Amino acid sequence: MTDAPAIELRRISKAFGPVQANKDISLKVMPGTIHGIIGENGAGKSTLMSILYGFYKADSGEILVNGRETPIPDSQAAIKAGIGMVFQHFKLVENFSVLENVVLGAEEGAFLRPTLAKARRHLTELAREYEMNVDPDAKIEDLSVGHQQRVEILKALYREANILILDEPTGVLTPAEADHLFRILRGLKAEGKTIILITHKLREIMEITDTVSVMRRGEMTDTVRTADTSPQDLAERMVGRKVLLRVDKTPAQPGKTVLEVKGLRVTDSQGVERLKGIDLTVRAGEIVGIAGVAGNGQSELLDVLGGIRAATGEITLNGQPLSLSGPGSDARARRRAGITHVPEDRHRLGLILDFKAWENTGFGYQDLPKYCAGLMMDNRALREDTDAKMGRFDVRPHDPNLAAKSFSGGNQQKIVLAREIEADPDLLLIGQPTRGVDIGAIEFIHQRIVELRDAGKAILLVSVELDEIMSLSDRIAVMFDGRIMGERLPAETDETELGLLMAGMEGRAA
Amino acid sequence: MDLNTVLLILDSTLRLATPLLFACLAGLFSERAGVFDIGLEGKMLIAAFFSAAAAALTGNVWLGLLAGCAASMALAAIHGLASITFRGNQLISGVAINFLATGLTVLIAQDWFQQGGRTPQLEGGARFQPITLPFAETLRDVPVFGQIYYDLISGHTILVYAGFLAVPATWYVLFRTRFGLRLRAVGENPGAVDTAGVSVTGLRYGAVMICGLLCGFAGAYLSTGLSAGFVKDMSAGRGFIALAALIFAKWRPWSALGACLLFGLLDALGNRFQSIEIAGIALPVQFMQALPYILTVVILAGFVGKAIPPRAGGEAYVKER
Repeated sequence: MTDAPAIELRRISKAFGPVQANKDISLKVMPGTIHGIIGENGAGKSTLMSILYGFYKADSGEILVNGRETPIPDSQAAIKAGIGMVFQHFKLVENFSVLENVVLGAEEGAFLRPTLAKARRHLTELAREYEMNVDPDAKIEDLSVGHQQRVEILKALYREANILILDEPTGVLTPAEADHLFRILRGLKAEGKTIILITHKLREIMEITDTVSVMRRGEMTDTVRTADTSPQDLAERMVGRKVLLRVDKTPAQPGKTVLEVKGLRVTDSQGVERLKGIDLTVRAGEIVGIAGVAGNGQSELLDVLGGIRAATGEITLNGQPLSLSGPGSDARARRRAGITHVPEDRHRLGLILDFKAWENTGFGYQDLPKYCAGLMMDNRALREDTDAKMGRFDVRPHDPNLAAKSFSGGNQQKIVLAREIEADPDLLLIGQPTRGVDIGAIEFIHQRIVELRDAGKAILLVSVELDEIMSLSDRIAVMFDGRIMGERLPAETDETELGLLMAGMEGRAA
Repeated sequence: MDLNTVLLILDSTLRLATPLLFACLAGLFSERAGVFDIGLEGKMLIAAFFSAAAAALTGNVWLGLLAGCAASMALAAIHGLASITFRGNQLISGVAINFLATGLTVLIAQDWFQQGGRTPQLEGGARFQPITLPFAETLRDVPVFGQIYYDLISGHTILVYAGFLAVPATWYVLFRTRFGLRLRAVGENPGAVDTAGVSVTGLRYGAVMICGLLCGFAGAYLSTGLSAGFVKDMSAGRGFIALAALIFAKWRPWSALGACLLFGLLDALGNRFQSIEIAGIALPVQFMQALPYILTVVILAGFVGKAIPPRAGGEAYVKER
């Protein structure tokens, strides 16, 4: 190809305070291709693309669009240059209609009526052309995440974007929705549009991109043709060392039933039934994985078992019934009973970010005799204990006096994990164990979970990452709309079948 | 109660609702754009003072209105600076503005006029005069319709009419124009506005300045329409009542009109019936006068359904990292 690159970045640098998010990054993306950018969390992918879209301003460096130097001080300039971006967290006004969101900022004239009428026609054409059916009058908050994402893409197309950036677009989608998205992207590529796809999922890169760039710690380390690489190779380039992509584990040796859940129901404050009769067992020495698209009741299930949400139904732990509402159903009672909980949202429920690591290690266990001296807390004991835990869980930097927010995502998770695993539970609840965690730490966390299982403990794992569920679980239950759609053994199922169950369709006969 | 009494009370309702309506719509613009404003009270007060002062000094009520709006918009600009540019706490900035206005008005009034924190009594061209609408005199003797037209509709100052026209105007701007779409969007999700290539800061300043302008009208009406001069603390909590009306109205212009009329009516009833007997129990005058404030507390305590404020309200816009 003799064309100029659709996008060329020259020596882009950006710092947030002391953190150098992007260091001297240069990149060329050829027109009409799908270019992947892969890297661990915090590698600087999103920052780089936000600079290209004018959301952040680079400290130094140049941007060339179609061979011409184009300063992009704000998003307006990016839109003018034909760049559109679908952010990881959608930038939609929730109580506006699809149509209003699409025209926002691209209105033609001061009055809405003519603009909306024209936009409606244009939107219908675009939707037909790219098979993206959305009702222009639907409110965003009533749409599924997959549809919301289509609105974002339509927004960019409405602004006549020729270069489309997508930031982690499949994180919230079912496998079927992700396939549909990829079909749309291929269609756009066939139209000659250029697509930049940010992801941390190796499989997606291999499936859809033409070229791929790897980012590590703010630097662009490699750019290769996708055909010339492999997942293993990319993973190593991302992390900078050899990594184990599969979890190394022996077959489970399940023992007696530890957790038994019968007919569990939860209704939320808006009166919507979130759990519609869950039956589930977890045995000692086994990992049961709950698969499902986020928001189908997994969080509520963890909350109930962890004692932070009331429910109706029956739960027994080692044959002893647990109360589900009122006194004796709180998190402290659950911990006493032998259930510990690594919550899905560690920033909100797992840690107090402004508190020090040693203080965080004490939460929930502050009344243990070993941390108390009479009426007072024995902070020295707690600090020493934290110090030892940090060593065993390889938390870096190894400093109990550092505030929780100063650790990386992976190390924060290790702090929570150390606290809950070393409490020696009979049942460990663990939600999204590797969300926002880098590959190196994922390996470590997975090993710890498997070790706990091998020590004869029961583990209930909730994750939206299907890969993680497949590789870690001994048994998989799929949740959809507050129900368990089915249980499968990992060896006897595949992603297609699980994907159908996740979308609420019965899988093929087992 | 005969028709005349009813008309008198309703007439009084319209006049008392007008300052609330201006302030309520002022708050609506600001809060719909995501900037909470408990400084409506202070802006009204300072506008009331500067309107009366300028009118007293020049003898021209229109110059008074201009001065009042300018003063109110100056305070609005301070609120904008604190809460948009410097991303400060919007409640604290609003509280500060209220205190500033209370102190400043009395201090300047004393320095300029030496009448114990008042302005001189306004007369003639220094006050807004009632307007007699066309045919009012002719229709005066037509039973009911003529009476309503003459006593209730006609005979108000121009600001009363302006206040009521501001309701459909606000509705139109908010829901039928580009500016309105963007304004509502920036109060719900400023990130969406920013990434659509529109300036969040510009929009919010625009909204805050409109708020200042409308508070200026509210204040000017207090001192040059409703009364004839400025007295200390003459806004008497109306800014807060307007805020309650705004919540009651769930941030919608037409409902705001209803809410302000309700408060105006209670106020009018309190003024009209100094003492009232219900089932043999005499209610003291203080109770009647406290009615609007009691309703405010009831509304703010959330007894009137669930009011969902603009989602990004009260928060400065910071691009997340």
